[in-house]
Amino acid sequence: MMSSIDWWIIVIGALCASACALPGTLLVLRKMSLMGDAISHTVLPGIAIAFLVTGSRDPFSMFVGAIVIGVLTALFVHAIQKYGKVEIGASIGIVFTVLFALGLILIRQALDHVHMDPDCVLYGSIEFAYFEQDSLFGYMVPRSFIVNGTMLIVNAVLIVLFYKEFKIASFDQALAQSQGFRPELMHYVLMTMTAVTAVAAFESVGSILVVAMFIVPPATAYLLTDRYWMLIVVALIVACLSSFLGHLGAITIPLWFGFNGTVTSGAMAVAAGLLFLLAWICSPRHGLVVLIVNRIIVRLKILREDVLGVLWRLEEREQPVLMQRNLQDLLRSNHLMFAMAMMSLKRSGAVQSDDGAIKLTTEGRNQATSIVRTHRLWEVYLDKHFPQDTHQLHHAASRLEHVTTDAMQEELGTATHDPHGSEVPKVEDE
Amino acid sequence: MSNIKKQNVRHSEHSLTAPVSIHDMTVAYQRKPVLWDVDLDIPEGKLVTIVGPNGAGKSTLIKAAMDLVPKASGLVRFYGKPFKAQRHMVSYVPQRETVDWDFPIDAIGVVTMGRYSKIGWCLPVRKKDKQVAMEALERVGMEAYAHRQISQLSGGQQQRVFLARALAQNAPICFMDEPFASVDAATERAIVEVLNELKQAGKTVVVVHHDLQTVPEYFDYVIMLNMRVVAHGDVADVFTEDNLRKTYGGRLTLLSEAAERFARQGNSH
Amino acid sequence: MIATHTLSDVRITLPTWDELLRVLLLEEYNTRVVVLGVMALGLASGLIGTFLVLRKRALTADALSHATLPGIVIAFMCMVAMGGDGKSLAGLLTGAFVFGCIGVLLIIAIRSTTRLKDDAAIGIVLSVLFGLGICLLRLATDLPSGNSAGLSGFIFGKAASMIASDTYMMVGLALFVAISTGLLFKEFSVLCFDASFGSSQGWPILLLDTVLMLLVAIVTVIALQTVGLVLAVALLIIPAASSRFWTSSVKRMLISAAIIGLLSGWLGAVVSAVIPRVPTGPIIVMICGFWFLLSLVFGTDSGVLKRQVQRVRLNRKIELQHLLRAMFELVEERESEDIPMHEILAKRSWSLSQVNAIVKRAQQLGFLNRTGNSMVRFTELGNSESKRMVRNHRLWEVYLINYADIAPSHVDRDADMIEHVLGKEMVRQLELLLAQDEIIDSPHPLGGSAS
Repeated sequence: MMSSIDWWIIVIGALCASACALPGTLLVLRKMSLMGDAISHTVLPGIAIAFLVTGSRDPFSMFVGAIVIGVLTALFVHAIQKYGKVEIGASIGIVFTVLFALGLILIRQALDHVHMDPDCVLYGSIEFAYFEQDSLFGYMVPRSFIVNGTMLIVNAVLIVLFYKEFKIASFDQALAQSQGFRPELMHYVLMTMTAVTAVAAFESVGSILVVAMFIVPPATAYLLTDRYWMLIVVALIVACLSSFLGHLGAITIPLWFGFNGTVTSGAMAVAAGLLFLLAWICSPRHGLVVLIVNRIIVRLKILREDVLGVLWRLEEREQPVLMQRNLQDLLRSNHLMFAMAMMSLKRSGAVQSDDGAIKLTTEGRNQATSIVRTHRLWEVYLDKHFPQDTHQLHHAASRLEHVTTDAMQEELGTATHDPHGSEVPKVEDE
Repeated sequence: MSNIKKQNVRHSEHSLTAPVSIHDMTVAYQRKPVLWDVDLDIPEGKLVTIVGPNGAGKSTLIKAAMDLVPKASGLVRFYGKPFKAQRHMVSYVPQRETVDWDFPIDAIGVVTMGRYSKIGWCLPVRKKDKQVAMEALERVGMEAYAHRQISQLSGGQQQRVFLARALAQNAPICFMDEPFASVDAATERAIVEVLNELKQAGKTVVVVHHDLQTVPEYFDYVIMLNMRVVAHGDVADVFTEDNLRKTYGGRLTLLSEAAERFARQGNSH
Repeated sequence: MIATHTLSDVRITLPTWDELLRVLLLEEYNTRVVVLGVMALGLASGLIGTFLVLRKRALTADALSHATLPGIVIAFMCMVAMGGDGKSLAGLLTGAFVFGCIGVLLIIAIRSTTRLKDDAAIGIVLSVLFGLGICLLRLATDLPSGNSAGLSGFIFGKAASMIASDTYMMVGLALFVAISTGLLFKEFSVLCFDASFGSSQGWPILLLDTVLMLLVAIVTVIALQTVGLVLAVALLIIPAASSRFWTSSVKRMLISAAIIGLLSGWLGAVVSAVIPRVPTGPIIVMICGFWFLLSLVFGTDSGVLKRQVQRVRLNRKIELQHLLRAMFELVEERESEDIPMHEILAKRSWSLSQVNAIVKRAQQLGFLNRTGNSMVRFTELGNSESKRMVRNHRLWEVYLINYADIAPSHVDRDADMIEHVLGKEMVRQLELLLAQDEIIDSPHPLGGSAS
């Protein structure tokens, strides 16, 4: 179903996205993603000025024009932030909108002479990239293949060469400066990389979608790994995947609804977005699912401990045993959570039910003793160090008892009675 | 007048051999002075602490010394030369809040950063540097956490990683900005041990500190700062109640005492 | 030369005087509609933009405006599916508004549930939703019925196609935003100044934030038609950021931002009407940028020039103080009026050329005279000035010692008269302390008593 042209498009897209993802990792880590946004916008006036000055669509002069404006963007943002004391977000917003507006006016002025379609500015023309060919080592290949491929290699070399410098300047600017690593120089190296990459990618994916390639793959990788080099690898994989899925999606999905296919660059951005969404939900360490599951596990643990504590105190006061229903009301717990907590308690043999009445087993009683002991010791500790009324004491201790480790418990002391006068139970050794 | 004699001494005390000598330094933001006329030599091989109330300019003092913030006037010399020429002689433990703890890097990676300036531009990290970094981690008792991502460490452990990084720099002068701020007892002990080790190795350590109680126990030399230097010298000589009052205030008693004397004088006339 | 050839090709044709007058006086119906619309827009965005910038959410608004694109296209598709031609502006803008809000919600969700920071969250939402919009836009052009040609106009704006009913709607919405901002002035001020304080005082911070972003969304949506979604954020940020250089009161910021917005809108509309091939949106943004540049440099509150002058003045003042104090001490020590320059040099950490420059300035101010052979001597004025300075300095020191706990926030060594800062009563007390040598042994000794 996919022709060789489609594969070329995917390869070019992957090269372009990978080339962007490399400086992108640094942009995201340095919390400067939006400089990537700003610079990719200002590529437009750069190209327009280069055209007006030289009067030709010579790619080299356009490259130079865009790079100059890209670096100027970084300088302006920095200057406005530093000398004008304007917050970084606002200074980025000011610089890129004004320069982009300038670019639009210039293009409009020159519209009769250039074939520069404003739509092309937005989403590039990767679909037609195949048809503009150049020779590389005697083979005819698409020109954007050469441009983006070169860019990828250059960026990779720079990252490898300055790996250490980028890392220290991004992580701890003060240390980098005090060691003479010139973090501001590294900043401008990165900005230049960003500008050059944005120009190279501009033709393929357009000025705004470059941003997606800069930010989304590294951000996705950032949710998946805790190592910098791994982050780079994952970002590259995500970049290539977005190109593949994006083009595939662009030429297939619309057909299902009776359309003729859609813009590949836009679809690449959407594909990258979907991959991000996937990582956001499913990341093994930072994902939403893990977040929610962990929250439930913690709540379940607390609930179990609360159940044991209540049962223990009932025994202490020699009050009658409770039915499961009453216990749930007493703890004001929701039905599902409570049912899960009770099930796990019963399965672990900590409680047993006699015709619905809940009782502690010996094993459960031991656990409960320890919990109540921790609770009362906390009350003693808090009362001693941060005197407060008894109701608050109980509340604070109820929260603390669930996060107490054995080592902490040892430090809490060996008081025998809590501030309310109840005895602090001792955990019996086996 | 005795005051004038002291004045003369003040300027001759600067020496080329002092690890850090600060001449006449003033730092100001906008209209507000932050540090005035700071003029002192830090003695070699001592554990030096800078104490003073909030906003007294303690952190600014060490940052200005390392050219991290601009000075309105004055010079700082490290063994007689400007900081630029002596970078390799100085290690620095910044305040914990200043770095991004979500950065994808592990503890050993952070410590290795201390070696970067020795490795130089563009060259990769060598095995030897990793070894030095690992040894530094061992010295602060953090070797077991070498491959943990730094945000997964507790506050005290993060501080120890920072300390290890300064150790890995192996520089004769070390600045530390509030290393004891909100750390656990184990970390505090580890830091003190490291401080003593550094002292034994003949290094000069300058620590911004906030806990007055521990000053005599941990340090030899104290700089008492409240926008200007109130006093500096060996802890035994300088860390007195009088100087503390001049540094931290206590105006009520003093002013009322002064007013009382004035009243008495007025009566006697 | 190629360059001149090309440049001459694109030369701007200037309008005749008559044309200009007609436009300025809003005689043409078309211009009137556009000018009125963008002026209302400028006003509203200046006002709400002030709070947006103060809340440091400038680029959230950028993401919001980019996120409107899929909303516009989906609204269009829905309208076409329901049998219309999809031209209803209100319908399209409703779609835009809904997606703008979705964009903001997504940013908040990413920021609060991952370790990504604001910037990445904004970048992701902005680019992905915009990409989605581009995809959908292509699909919309394939729709058999309906006229999708106008949709892409929302990207860069198409002020020229505005009609009277659009303008009324824009003016209505802009007034609504302006009035709401006025009514919520106090609440928004609390929100922007110190949200955590605000919430401790019982202000519903989350609700206020939501209302702020909703108002921003409304302004963005009405800006779509004139300046387009890529540049909409400029109108929100630039007037507000510019006005900050002229004043530090929120109220005055609001007023001047509104004026800058209004003026930029009017000027932009006029320029684009009289000069051919100048699109309205971009030219408005350029004019805003021009105001910003002016404000950045010349702003009377915190402009670069003003601050630079202040900084140089402060440094010079410190140097002068140092010089006068050093000389004062030397006069006391040497018990001679003539001070050799090299002794001053020994006292401070200056280079020879620095000392020369500082002495020269002091000479110009009439504080001292050169008495041949690199000796200097106080004039009468210099004498009294140095006494005053030494006194001030010593009083501050005494103040620092005795009020050490609160002093750092009060000390203003730059003040000419210490009394102006601390009040007469306090200075009297300090002088008392200063007079009692046995109590105050100045830790940072300075020669002589300064009476």
